[in-house]
Formats: sequence, C-alpha cells, structure tokens
Amino acid sequence: MDYLTVLQILDSALRLATPLLFACLAGLFSERAGIFDIGLEGKMLIAAFFSAATAYSTGSVWLGLLAGIAASLVLSGIHGLASITFRGNQLISGVAINFLASGLTVLIGLSWFKLGGQTPALRGGARFQSIDLPLADTLSGVPILGPLYSEVLSGHTFLVYVALLCVPLTWYVLFRTRFGLRLRAVGENPAAVDTAGISVVGLRYAAVAICGVLCGLAGAYLATGLGASFVKEMTAGRGYIALAALIFAKWRPWYALYATFLFGLLEAISNRYPSLDLGFITLPSQFMQALPYILTVVILAGIVGKATPPRAGGQPYVKER
Amino acid sequence: MEQLPKWADLVVVPLVGLILAFILSMLMVLATGHDPMEALSLMVSGALGSTYGWGYTLYYATNFIFTGLAVAVAFHASLFNIGGEGQAALGGLGVALVSLFIPWPHWSIALLAASVSAGLFGALWAFIPAYLQAKRGSHIVITTIMFNFIAASLLNYVLVNQLRPKGAMDPATAKFPVPTHLPSLGEILNGVGIPFAKGTPANVTLLVALLACVFVYILIWRTRFGYQLRAFGKSQPAAVYAGINPVKITVITMMISGALAGLMAINNVMGEAERLILGSVEGAGFIGIAVALMGRSHPIGILFSALLFGALYQGGAELGLWTSIPRELVIVIQALVILFTGALDNMVRSLVAKVLIRPKRAEA
Repeated sequence: MDYLTVLQILDSALRLATPLLFACLAGLFSERAGIFDIGLEGKMLIAAFFSAATAYSTGSVWLGLLAGIAASLVLSGIHGLASITFRGNQLISGVAINFLASGLTVLIGLSWFKLGGQTPALRGGARFQSIDLPLADTLSGVPILGPLYSEVLSGHTFLVYVALLCVPLTWYVLFRTRFGLRLRAVGENPAAVDTAGISVVGLRYAAVAICGVLCGLAGAYLATGLGASFVKEMTAGRGYIALAALIFAKWRPWYALYATFLFGLLEAISNRYPSLDLGFITLPSQFMQALPYILTVVILAGIVGKATPPRAGGQPYVKER
Repeated sequence: MEQLPKWADLVVVPLVGLILAFILSMLMVLATGHDPMEALSLMVSGALGSTYGWGYTLYYATNFIFTGLAVAVAFHASLFNIGGEGQAALGGLGVALVSLFIPWPHWSIALLAASVSAGLFGALWAFIPAYLQAKRGSHIVITTIMFNFIAASLLNYVLVNQLRPKGAMDPATAKFPVPTHLPSLGEILNGVGIPFAKGTPANVTLLVALLACVFVYILIWRTRFGYQLRAFGKSQPAAVYAGINPVKITVITMMISGALAGLMAINNVMGEAERLILGSVEGAGFIGIAVALMGRSHPIGILFSALLFGALYQGGAELGLWTSIPRELVIVIQALVILFTGALDNMVRSLVAKVLIRPKRAEA
C-alpha cells in the first residue's frame, strides 16, 4: 500500500465522517441537555430528502440546505413536544420519528417525482461543489505534508469544513459560555437549574433545536454533497453509528471528531478492501461493517474506559411533585 | 392530573391515539392527491374481505404477536428491548440450522425442535445486552440497537459464506427438506371442513403464537417470577429492598423477551419462506414496539393490535399493488401509532380526561 493509497483512503474517510460528525454533535447537544435522541437517523433522512427535492426544484443548493434544516427542525419539534412538554418516553419518540421519516420520504418522494422514492439527479448549482483550499496546488510539491494538505484536506465541499468548524464551536459553546454551562447542568441536575430560576423547558427546547439544525446539515450533506440525489433509506444506519460514536466519544466534542473519523475510516477501508487480508487472518467485509457497533458495545461494557452518560438523560423533568 | 377510570386508560386512550394516527395518515393520502376513503376501503377489503386476505393478515399478525409479546415482557420490567429485529434474525438462524441439518420424520417434531432452537438463539442474542445492563450499567437500548446491526452483519456473513448452496447467487440457504414444511392454515381448516383459501402463508405457527400469549399472561400475572418482574419494573430500589435480585430479573426477563422474538422465525422462516433469506425479519421486530404500546403490554391487547397491524400490512400491500399509493403509507401509520400511543400518550390521555372528567364535575 503506497502513500497515495493512504491519502485516498484518508480523503474518503473525511468525506464519510462528515455526516457522522454532524449527527454526533447533534446528539451531543441533545443528550448533554438530558434528552436522549435515537431519532438522529430519521431527522437526517428527512433532511436529505427535502434538501435534495428543494435543490432540484429551485436549482439552488442553499435553498435545499434551508429546506433540509427546516424539515429536520419539524421532527425535532415533535420530539421536544413528546419528551419535554408531554414528558413522554424519549426513546419511543425517537423510534416513532425514525419510522415517520422513513415512510414520509418515500410517500412524498413518489408523489412528487414518481421515481420509486428517489429524487432526480442533482446537477450544477443544485449540489455543493468542492472547494480548493488556498495554496493547495502550490503546496502539493512539498514532500509528505504537501499531498496531505492538497489531497486530504483540500477539495471538499463547503459542508465538510463547516462540520470541522463545528467541533471547536461546540466545545466553546458548551464549555466556555453561560448557555453551555446551563445546558450541561440541565442534563445533570435539572432541579438545580430550575431552583436557580432558569427555565429547564426553554434550555431543553434550545438543545433539541440545535440538534435539529445539525441533523439537517448532516442530511443535506448526504444528498447534496456526498451524493447527488436522494435515495430511499440513504442514511443507512448512519444515525445509529453517530449515536455509537457519541458514546465512544464519551459525550465530548473533540472526542466526537476522533470517533466519527475512526468510523469514517473504517467505512472507507471496507469500501476499498471488501475483505481485509491482515496476513495471519482475513477479515470478511461483514466484520468490518459490524466493527463500529462491536467497538461501541465494548466501550459500553466498560472494558476499555467507562462511558458515563449525562445523569438526568432520558428522564422527563417534573417541576413539582 | 386526574386519574382516568381503568377502562378508559386501557381501551379509550389507545383507541383515540389510533384514530388520531389514522386521521393524520389519511390527510397525508389526501395531500398526495389520492382519495382517502377509497384507500381505506381498499385496505379493509384487501386485508379482511376474503379468506385469501385473512390468510396474509393472520400470517403478519402471527409475526407481530411474537415481537409484540417480546417488547411487552421487557416493558413490564421497565426494560426497552429494541433488539427484537436482531433476536428474530438469530432465531431464523436457529430454525435454519435445525431444519437443514437434522432429518426430521414429521413436521410436528421438527416444529418443536425448531421452536426450541429459535427461542434459544433469540434468548442468547438478548443475553449479552441484558448482562451488560445488569452488571455494567450499559444502556440496554443502545446495546440492543448495536446488536441489531451486528446480527445483520453476522447473518450476512453466515448466509453468503457458509449456508449458501454452491452456485446460488442470492444470500439464502437451500430450501428446507419437505418433512419440515408446516401445514398452512388453509390445509388445517379445509381438513375440518371450513373453506379457507389455500396458498396463503398463515400456518400452524398461529396456534403457537396463541399459546405464547397464554404463557406470557401466566408468567407475568400468575407466577412468583412475574410478580418480581413487575415489582422491579415499578420501582427498582423497592424491589431490591424487598430482596429481589436485579441481575437475575434483568437477565431472565430479557432472555424470555429474546426467546419470544426469536420464536417469530418459525412463522416467517419455517412456515412461509421454507428457507432462510437475508433480511427475513422485514422490520417486524420494530413493529412489535407499536403492537406492545397499542396493546398496553397485555396479551389480549397485543392479540388485537397484532391483528390490526397484520391487517394494515396486508392492506398496505394491496394498496401498493392496485394504486399508486406506496405500501410505505403503512410505515407512516405505524410511526404515528407509536407516537400517539407511546411518546405522546400523556397528551392523548389529557385529551380524553378533559372529555370524560369535566362533565362529571359539572354534574357534581
């Protein structure tokens, strides 16, 4: 395996990690505020559909992006209504949202485009184009680091860089602002936040809304950046992998970047080498596909480091008893 | 909030949730430019209008009874088993191994052995998440989701690399030998003189499903273990204080739940396909969640809601066949049922309470 192959795999890993990173940070905001969200998958899916459909109809990928975010926010609103206002079971609400997205995208897609649940292929301005970072060509001559910059980091679509920027941003918001402190507090001990005179409901809705926006970005990236149309069930379990990455990252933004990149890398490797020959053993492709899930179970089991979720996660807050 | 009378809680609240789900779905049908009444009547006649339709409805219902019971048993212990999909897939593997490699003299013995094997495989697949939950506090919802994906990969591997007959292209086992073929409902009913369409997939497994309902009822409400299970579900600290072992309850409950989900495989793998194909569960594990919520985790409720979802699935298939409304409409209805009878239960409940309790106050 030569250096160029390594670079190509890293490049593809970064692209595949991007939707996971968005979704993982989305889950991070939600779960840090005490709202479990297994509906990441559904929100990504509906965002992917509406971004592709709008981008195709208007020819503008930016309008598509907005439509995707809006669709994802609607599902976030339902999740908020069920789990914050009506204090329902957050997991069940997430399951419902995943099914709702899975059914609605096909139902509406067939009615609008009559293509078996797909949208037509997106061209030109209806897709995100790749951006060359400054000096990518000039620096490509520099040994080792040059190609790393021009091949791996440069030449991605806008949303890839947005995702990468979201990591320090999330860290800053959560750990360096008053809002972030309160948001984390509401996931650990909502009663204390309430006693301090801050609205638990307001904070949790804010977290769920941020989660919706980020899932919207993830979905829009899938359909208009990574792919070039919406395909039925195109999220293919990525929402669940993001959830796994979140646990892997122990609910921390920088670790989320590493975890999603690792999972992106695994996907890139299994795309390139359907069965991986390690010399002494050949790993079948199915094993590579299952690896993120197996790793997550191992982490959850506390065999390699313990992952402790936010303490009030999953519990609806009741103001007075 | 006011306490609702028990009958309202058990019957009216889920029914109102169901009606809300249907109204919204029919609005969606209207929005996509179709006639909702026509769609509804086609669904009802397709699912229940002929013994042929019933044959499919009952077949789907059998699947959903098993997965619904699986979710319900876990619910009673306040555990959310979202892994029915993986457990049923593993159950399918159990059925396939028993049916393919052991020569059975008669279907009844084969059925018995396949049931044991399916249940065992399903239970084992639920064991690891249960053990991790009980011993290491790993959240069972996340682990069971992960196990669904691991199961899918495992089955993909076994079917593609091990069990696929030489020269075959699709990832599936060979056809099971004839002695393991289960009698269909049509054959049984025609045998006792009741006319019923042949060639439908409903089979003798339906009776096993009904037995499973009885088993779950006795287990939950008529045994010492069931009492411990429910106590544990109501309050873990109280149960532990009363000397109930939380590890034992979690592990055994989840294994029973997994076994019930695994048992589904005798219906779809042994009874219908007569071979194991990839993705044979077709989401039935998840529908179990809707069925259990709608049926209020009681076997009788589950029986009715499984029948309802069976009819929905058959009706949806007919819709997809005869109109341009896709069968995915059923997924939307299912999602809304989960939403209204599960997540938004408190909303529906307060709606019902407003109607039922307010007038009474006015009288008094």
